[in-house]
Amino acid sequence: MATLTVSRPPFGGFSFENCRRNAVLEGEANKVGCSLPAARKTGTTICGVVFKDGVVLGADTRATEGMVVADKNCSKIHYISPNIYCCGAGTAADTEMTTQIISSNLELHSLSTGRLPRVATANRMLKQMLFRYQGYIGAALVLGGVDCNGPHLYSIYPHGSTDKLPYVTMEVASLSSDWFLCSSCSGSGSLAAMAVFEDRYKPNMEEEEAKRLVRDAIAAGIFNDLGSGSNIDLCVITKGKVDYIRPHDEANKKGVRTGDYKYKRGTTGVLSKTVLDLEVVEETVQTMDTS
Amino acid sequence: MLNLFDTRGLRSQLKDSIPVAGLCPTGSYGLQDSMRSGFTSVKNELLPSHPLELSEKNYQPNKDKMNFSTLRNIQGLHAPLKLQMEYRAARQIQRLPFLQSSNLALDTLRGSDESIGFEDILNDPAQSEMMGEPHMMVEYKLGLL
Repeated sequence: MATLTVSRPPFGGFSFENCRRNAVLEGEANKVGCSLPAARKTGTTICGVVFKDGVVLGADTRATEGMVVADKNCSKIHYISPNIYCCGAGTAADTEMTTQIISSNLELHSLSTGRLPRVATANRMLKQMLFRYQGYIGAALVLGGVDCNGPHLYSIYPHGSTDKLPYVTMEVASLSSDWFLCSSCSGSGSLAAMAVFEDRYKPNMEEEEAKRLVRDAIAAGIFNDLGSGSNIDLCVITKGKVDYIRPHDEANKKGVRTGDYKYKRGTTGVLSKTVLDLEVVEETVQTMDTS
Repeated sequence: MLNLFDTRGLRSQLKDSIPVAGLCPTGSYGLQDSMRSGFTSVKNELLPSHPLELSEKNYQPNKDKMNFSTLRNIQGLHAPLKLQMEYRAARQIQRLPFLQSSNLALDTLRGSDESIGFEDILNDPAQSEMMGEPHMMVEYKLGLL
């Protein structure tokens, strides 16, 4: 379809053409009293812990659309590179696309340098992209992985700020006891999960202990926050090995019906019985025109 | 949603390189697209519909400006001059205006052949459903219009 767009060559990327229309539509809808459909979010509990040999990342599996559960078993731990994985909270599409773009960029980068990618590189790429879009891309991420410098854990907020844990480079005015710094939680259920961490975290834990801690933290989020639910996924990253355990724990199994409404034969008494045999009189085949 | 406070900050961005007029997107055939952008008004033409619109439009030129000025401060005037000359030469390697050019030399110079961003995924111009009118576009490019 030919048009008269003469002056500007077309370019890719975000197009803001429909923003005014959307604003007008939202205004009209609010006047009438209804609201436009909400984007699918992962109101979520995600967390990560650095233990002796690596990093354990954990997430629940519920995706919500407003007040309705949209997906009972979605996967929130995304692959970034063979040694780096990332949990995402916030708008589901944003976390998915962001992690995929960064994963592709990191792969190109590692092909060009010839080395295994570092977690700090992924962190820097994510932070620069999220800052460029000023928080309109609603992706809050927990990035963890093991590279040549050891295990690392970062938390990245939608506006582009990041926290590196466990090293004390955090400028946030928080209680900077070092066990707090070795763990990271995000999402709506993060307060419940953080409470579990604050209670039981120790530095240099063993793998089984770290997995138990993460499982309990996510379970706290699942059972105490309405935005999180279903199963618990775990991802254990150590030097040279990644264990993606999905599901690690089916905390909410769908219930089994205890009663049965089918009646046994003979419950109702039979008064009389007549049998009518159907006789086949004629059989014809009519071919269909399937051209 | 654009509230009145945002416009004060945006006004400082209005002096950027890409001209502001033309923020109101034209539909097919150059006319006002009432379905998408509402009725015409002066405010619509001057103010962007989304706070990110101006910043995204000017992102590449601003990044280039910043890189060139850093390069000038570190290595002297010759470095950005040489690079800009190369960019201009690479930018001239194009197909006819209504066809999609690959811009391979330009991408290699910029380093964007080794990265993937939203401009490669969303609204890929190679897959756009509309194309410009060939005669008009060539005449415009040659200055005959």
